[in-house]
Amino acid sequence: MKDFWLILPIAVPMTAAILALLAYRSRAGQRLISVIGASILLLADIILLAQVLRHGILASQMGNWPAPYGITLVVDEFSAIMLLLTGLIGFAVVLYSLINIDAARESHGYHSLFHFLLMGVSGSFLTGDLFNLYVWFEVMLVASFVLMALGGERAQMAGAIKYVTLNLISSILFLTALGILYGLAGTLNMADLGSKFAEIAATQPIGVMRTLATLFIIAFGIKAATFPLFFWLPASYHTPPVAVSALFAGLLTKVGVYALIRVFTLIFVHDTGYTHTLILIIAGLTMITGVLGAVSQNEFRRILSFHIISQIGYEIMGLGLFSPLALAASIYFIAHHITAKTNLFLVSGAVQRLHHTLDLRVLGGMYRARADLAMLFLIPAMSLAGLPPLSGFFAKLGLVQAGLLQKQYLIVIVALAVSLLTLLSMAKIWNEAFWKDKEGSPDPTSHGAVSLRSYIVPIGLLAGITLAIGFAAGPIFALAQRAADQLANPSMYIGIVLHKG
Amino acid sequence: METVLAFVIGGLFAAGLYMMLRRSLVKLLIGFGLLSNAVNLLIFTAAQLIRARSPIIPEGEVALRGPYADPLPQALILTAIVISFSVTAFAVGLAYRAYGAIGTDNLDKIGETEIS
Repeated sequence: MKDFWLILPIAVPMTAAILALLAYRSRAGQRLISVIGASILLLADIILLAQVLRHGILASQMGNWPAPYGITLVVDEFSAIMLLLTGLIGFAVVLYSLINIDAARESHGYHSLFHFLLMGVSGSFLTGDLFNLYVWFEVMLVASFVLMALGGERAQMAGAIKYVTLNLISSILFLTALGILYGLAGTLNMADLGSKFAEIAATQPIGVMRTLATLFIIAFGIKAATFPLFFWLPASYHTPPVAVSALFAGLLTKVGVYALIRVFTLIFVHDTGYTHTLILIIAGLTMITGVLGAVSQNEFRRILSFHIISQIGYEIMGLGLFSPLALAASIYFIAHHITAKTNLFLVSGAVQRLHHTLDLRVLGGMYRARADLAMLFLIPAMSLAGLPPLSGFFAKLGLVQAGLLQKQYLIVIVALAVSLLTLLSMAKIWNEAFWKDKEGSPDPTSHGAVSLRSYIVPIGLLAGITLAIGFAAGPIFALAQRAADQLANPSMYIGIVLHKG
Repeated sequence: METVLAFVIGGLFAAGLYMMLRRSLVKLLIGFGLLSNAVNLLIFTAAQLIRARSPIIPEGEVALRGPYADPLPQALILTAIVISFSVTAFAVGLAYRAYGAIGTDNLDKIGETEIS
């Protein structure tokens, strides 16, 4: 029965995607299948998290080949939290897609691709085998390539080329690292590597091991959009329809962060003086460049794109500090960031619906016209900037606390300064789009005529979750701490994968 | 043999990256093709090149007798080939559509279409 719950996050979106393909003639049918599929996925992810909390780490060997020979699916608390967030974002964005995606894109397979993407993301979080992780990455990437280019507008094509090229290079580097790792260790099962990699590393020249670790940092770093490998992200994320940007912003870079955390807590833990210091330096530079990029932008979605980068810096800062508290803060930060950032993109779609542009120089008067939307923007925006009592505050508090405990004062100063600049650019969106009067607008109240009700539902849902993560910070941080303890003590993970198959 | 292949792989990587850095969209695709082949050879080489028996248990025995060739790298390469084949097919289609939409295959010009 446990195996059944374990396979559902892959099986449900796969079924939904195939059914949506079969129903390609009927747009209404595709929409129905898509919504039902996303709801079932969310339910399955909730049940899976409950199972993991009750029974501990779950593992299953595909095709009954015992680990480390077969492909292992394994879910610990960190994976289960990531899966639940995937289900949640999938559900919110699918509701949003019903109104945001035009008929032409829908009949050309949007819903099917959407679920293939969710399948790739879920598979990446579930797998216990590095080569299998590469395969799930490719599933996710191909679906995202098509979603990025679907519609074929000029800007989309230009964005898609950059996005596709850099992600392909990242895949190649990942595969290179896998080849070298297999040559050294003779296995690619993560638990198996975790149990014997320290011994293997001791027999090899340190240069080889460091090169290998750096290859992994670069390969996952491109996917996660860390400094200096992030250029594809702000060049492409503002080009597709808002629902697609929101889905990408919430999930895709987080898969890279997840892979970094998994590999650098389970496998490469013998040389933390080099690897984790490097990650910490990258984290600081990622925060700074991301936020400075955001300050200089004048387009709603491009500001948000640059903020993804700076927030990724916080997420890997916890990995660089590498203590249970820091990892817990990272996990909490990921949960906070996925909900808040997706929601900000969803708000940008509602703004675009009213004004047909996202250029902040042209926008204005949104607060007078739509006070409800303005309030719903404020919740994720202030949360992102880290104002108490919203979720971002507790996430940053945890990271700062972990940094102070380890006397890493420089990174703490950077984190706090970047937080201020984040507030500055959120205030810029607020001032330009919501607060100032729109120039040359004959009657700002005329916007009230456009119904935004269907936009408000998913935005309100995610805003509610952001509030919940903030107000229930105690229990949720405790959950993140349990997940971090499992990451910091991988012996349980290794034992369950290798001996229970 | 390893030394020769190491140089071949290095050469393929260099040529692939060089092609990807050129301005033409088509050369970008060729570069990607070279890189994927370089990686496949790398996996093949990294997992040791030995002349040995195939990894099939002889009749009447219960375990493999060494030395035997490791079958896993070949399975990995096969998967990687299939993936890079399909991704290349997609990328060629994308390049064609992009050429149609933007009207140039010069990657420097494509950069200029960005909205700031």
